[in-house]
This record gives sequence, structure tokens and C-alpha cells, in this order.
Amino acid sequence: MVKIAVLGDTESIKGFAAVGLDIYPCDRDENSTEEFKKIVSAGYGVIFVTERLVPFLEKEIEKADKQVSPSVVPITGVSGNNGSGTAALKSAVEKAVGSDIIFNR
Amino acid sequence: MAVLNVNPTRMELTRLKKQLSTALRGHKLLKDKRDELMRQFLDEIRETKTLREEVEKELKGINADFVLASSVMSKEALDTALLAPKQEVYLETDTRNVMSVDIPVYSFKTRTSEESDIFSYGFASTSFELDDAVAGLSELLPKMLKLAEKEKAVKLMADEIEKTRRRVNALEHVMIPRYQETIHFISMKLEENERASRARLMKVKDMMIEENIEYKHTHPDAV
Repeated sequence: MVKIAVLGDTESIKGFAAVGLDIYPCDRDENSTEEFKKIVSAGYGVIFVTERLVPFLEKEIEKADKQVSPSVVPITGVSGNNGSGTAALKSAVEKAVGSDIIFNR
Repeated sequence: MAVLNVNPTRMELTRLKKQLSTALRGHKLLKDKRDELMRQFLDEIRETKTLREEVEKELKGINADFVLASSVMSKEALDTALLAPKQEVYLETDTRNVMSVDIPVYSFKTRTSEESDIFSYGFASTSFELDDAVAGLSELLPKMLKLAEKEKAVKLMADEIEKTRRRVNALEHVMIPRYQETIHFISMKLEENERASRARLMKVKDMMIEENIEYKHTHPDAV
């Protein structure tokens, strides 16, 4: 039995608290790495991260991607999305197929 | 391609032939695995793509509702409404094996028996945008978990495909040709040895016959 964590700026993730997820507000981008490490070591099964923070967490996310758990999912925050969610899928396609045949529009 | 550094003996030849047949079988199996993984991967990634697009679109709407709510309500009121949740979500994780890749399967449980029992506040002091946002979010949650599951599967499968492809290529372009060439080299060498020893025997036989004739010439009274 594991839980779900949400990491991001307070505005974007407040709502997730109401539906019962654990929220980890992080309004300063440079603190995100620390928060993320904390979440990972706490043993969450799924971690939703606002796309805004994804560029700051690249290394950590890459590490998590190699394991079965946790699953890190970029989500849209109030500041909109910067495409890092699709970028992760794109790179997976490139890795598997050799060139991107799904997202190349 | 380089020939392996082995002694050209019959024993080595049998050993290499056995290794070659194992390599060929492994190559075929891995190739099948790669093809099947690729097929499943492509199915999965197409689904993931549409799912992600949906989730992103819906989240955008929900976020807009939240922004509206926070503009109508005071920050304190919003925090009290949201940050003392009634609901809690637990995740049950299991794994599914797809072509030797472990892929997580999530099923979630809520603390209160009623899934839609999410409003942790009275409706009197909050704006209706907030209700919309929270309801929308709880509706979206199963989809988001599905997305988490699928994205993880896609990433793990991509890793495995890359690894398998490397193995297939190594077998196809390095190991198997190397074995084949070494086997060829050893059998050539053995044949050569055989010919050499036959030639030697013939030579020895000739020499013996010659010796015999000479002996008869020098000792005509013998026998």
C-alpha cells in the first residue's frame, strides 16, 4: 500500500490535497531537487510533478525512470505547460524505435 | 572479422559448433522478443499519447477553475477549505510481466467508502468554481493514475527494447560471424593436416619401396 505525492508550486497543487493526495509545495525552483529526493526516499508509488519543475529534476527523474517504482509523471500547472511531459515520451520513442515516429508533427 | 584465438583441434571444433548453434537459437529468440516488444510498445505509446493530451487539457480547465476560485476567495479561506482533506487515496501496486519487462499496475483505494465524498468544506463560504475544480480533479484522478502506469510502462519498455536490440545486433554481426569463421578456419586446418599426413605417408611408402628394390639389387641371393 503506497501513497501518491504531488510536487509543485503551491497554487498548482493545492487542489490535489482536497482529493487526498500528499502535496509537497515547492515555490522556489532550486529547492525542488531536495524535495524530490525526500519524496523518493519516503517511498511514494506515483509522483506527479508540475512541468515547470521538470527541467530542474532531470537527473533525479532519469534515475527514477530506470526503476519500476516510483512513476514520475509531469503534469500541467497554473503556469501552463512547457512540453516536458511529451518530451519524455518522445525520447522514449526515439530510444526504442530509433527516430520519433509518433510525436513528429 | 577476426578468427578467435583457439587451438585448431577436433575438440575445439565440436565446442565451437555447439556454441554457434546456441548463439543462433539465442539470436532468433531475442529477435522475436524485440519484434513483439516493439509491437506492444507502439500500441502503448499511441494510447499514452492520447491519454496525456486528454489529461493535459482537462487539467488546464481545472487549473483555470482554481485560479478563478482563488481570485474570488481569500487565500486563507481557500487554504482552510482545501488543506484539511477528508479523503485519502492509497495505491495498490502490482506488476505485470510483458516480455520479461516488469510493468506496474495501479489500483487505488479511497479512505471513505464513497469515492465522490470529496468536499472537505461546507458550501456556504466557498465559491462554486472551487466545487467544480475539486470535483473535476477527483474525476480526473483515475485517468492520471492510468497515465502514470502507461508512461512508466512505455519508459521501461523503451529501455528493454534498446537493450534487446543491442544484444541481437551483437549476436548477428559479431558473435555469429566470428564463430562461423573460426569453425571454417579449424576445419580447413584439420583438412590441411590430413592432406599433409597422407602426403607424408605416401612419401614414406615410396621410400620404403625404393629401399626394398635397392636391397634386392645388392643382395640378389636373398629370400
